[in-house]
Amino acid sequence: MADLSFVIEPVYIVTIFFFIVGLQRMSHPLTARSGIVWAGAAMLIATLVTFFTPNLTNIALIAIAIVIGGGFGYIAAKRVAMTNMPQMVAFYNGMGGGAAAGISAVVLLGPTTATTGSLAVVGGLIGAVSFSGSLIAFLKLQGWMLSRPVTFPGQQIVNMAVLILAIVSGVLVILQPSWMPLSVSMYLPLFFILALGFGLLMTLPIGGADMPVVISMFNAFTGLAVALDGFSFATPNYAMIIAGVIVGAAGSLLTLQMAKAMNRSLTNVFFGAFGATEEQKVQVSGSMKAIEADDVVVMLAYVDRVIIVPGYGMAVAQAQQKVKELTDLLESRGVQVKFAIHPVAGRMPGHMNVLLAEAGVAYEYLFDRDEVNPEFPSTDLVLVIGANDVVNPAAHRQGSPLFGMPILEVEQAKNVIVLKRGQGKGFAGIENDLFYRENTRMLYGDAQETVGKLVQALKKL
Amino acid sequence: MTDITAFWTAIYIAMLAAFTGYVVITRVPAILHTPLMSGSNFIHGIVLVGAMVALGLATTPTEQAIGFIAVVLGAANVTGGYIVTERILQMFDRSGKKPGKGT
Repeated sequence: MADLSFVIEPVYIVTIFFFIVGLQRMSHPLTARSGIVWAGAAMLIATLVTFFTPNLTNIALIAIAIVIGGGFGYIAAKRVAMTNMPQMVAFYNGMGGGAAAGISAVVLLGPTTATTGSLAVVGGLIGAVSFSGSLIAFLKLQGWMLSRPVTFPGQQIVNMAVLILAIVSGVLVILQPSWMPLSVSMYLPLFFILALGFGLLMTLPIGGADMPVVISMFNAFTGLAVALDGFSFATPNYAMIIAGVIVGAAGSLLTLQMAKAMNRSLTNVFFGAFGATEEQKVQVSGSMKAIEADDVVVMLAYVDRVIIVPGYGMAVAQAQQKVKELTDLLESRGVQVKFAIHPVAGRMPGHMNVLLAEAGVAYEYLFDRDEVNPEFPSTDLVLVIGANDVVNPAAHRQGSPLFGMPILEVEQAKNVIVLKRGQGKGFAGIENDLFYRENTRMLYGDAQETVGKLVQALKKL
Repeated sequence: MTDITAFWTAIYIAMLAAFTGYVVITRVPAILHTPLMSGSNFIHGIVLVGAMVALGLATTPTEQAIGFIAVVLGAANVTGGYIVTERILQMFDRSGKKPGKGT
């Protein structure tokens, strides 16, 4: 093959330019969709020109690996249900982290200098942590593993010890001293096992409700690992360095913004074991009062202002289409309908917006927490559809694990109807006293079915 | 990377890149957090090119095996990250004719 390696750097420069434009476009709602196309085109050309790398061997193996990995990624991402998207982000982020760790391993197996070796070790550590951590996050969100925090006594000491041992073995990989009892070839596997173990251990105590923040952080981790690996090659790979650092910086900022939206500090997320330190059973007075769909329809027929609070339950039941129908029906009867969207409703920020947009609910109907909270006292009826923690007044009570999280103040409305599958607790695993309030009624059942019933009955009125 | 000039050049580049990442993300409406996370997840799929180089320069069977796995994982990151982001963003498109709140 003719030597075409001179095209690599210019193409990488174009790649980076496209990546930045893509990200820029993705950060505005109107241009968001074209953003990924820019980034995708960039990735394609970058991959193609990498085949021109001088002295590249194993080309057939590379092609086979791309077909296997790419095919798997494509099919899995196409098949998965929309409600499972958050964990898919975690899953593919883990793949990236694993790839970064693999690159580090290959670099460290070859000849290194003190600089490249150190960079590869740090990149490998971060990549491996991101790999195992992301996979745990994936398993928790997918429900293949208990989503509640896993804790045991002395956990933080154990975690710290594993991290320190990982770092020590990483240092030994670089120094390769002759006085160690283990043979030199043992340090590298040991280093990666410890790094993977730390990622696993640090994610176990984190509860499902905090997962979005954690996934975002691992995303930043992978970016950083990719950048460090880019540094660690004999010829630095600037495309990896720049793209990795951009993702690292953007991801870190995004993590902080998300944590802020949930009013959780990062220390809290990682060391708080959210929900595990359950307060002693607070005496909830009163009882849950059930209501039938027909009675709700009667109420809906005579109100002026309704606010709908969607949550993860709506996503699970795929009820957004029915909710849209209900909205249209109510509007045609002259009822003012608004949607109150909590920043962390669902499993990720924007989860509800995405689902409602899919069903055709226009942006003008969606209000965020701070906009809509003053309106609850003058609202006749609030329909809580599969939301729980984000409307839990326990957030006002000192000592509650939810304490301090800004919530939607639905309990101030005249009537609250909660659509719920059963009597279980929310994702955070905390009793919700809203359900016991005097002005709250529970409408049990699958959200899609229940809202469907409401629509049918309302049509007959 | 071997010589010291290249090292410092790379540090300068990294600093500017960090700033770029920071600027691009500031003041993003909360509804775009998920697509943006997914989008940046796709962008670090550039790890694929590194994995390709690693496998391409691998000589021993161990290196080849690890490099092969790295390319598989990197490629999955790329295609999966792209499709997931595209599917998430698709949902914004249908009501995209109406300007969003908080933009």
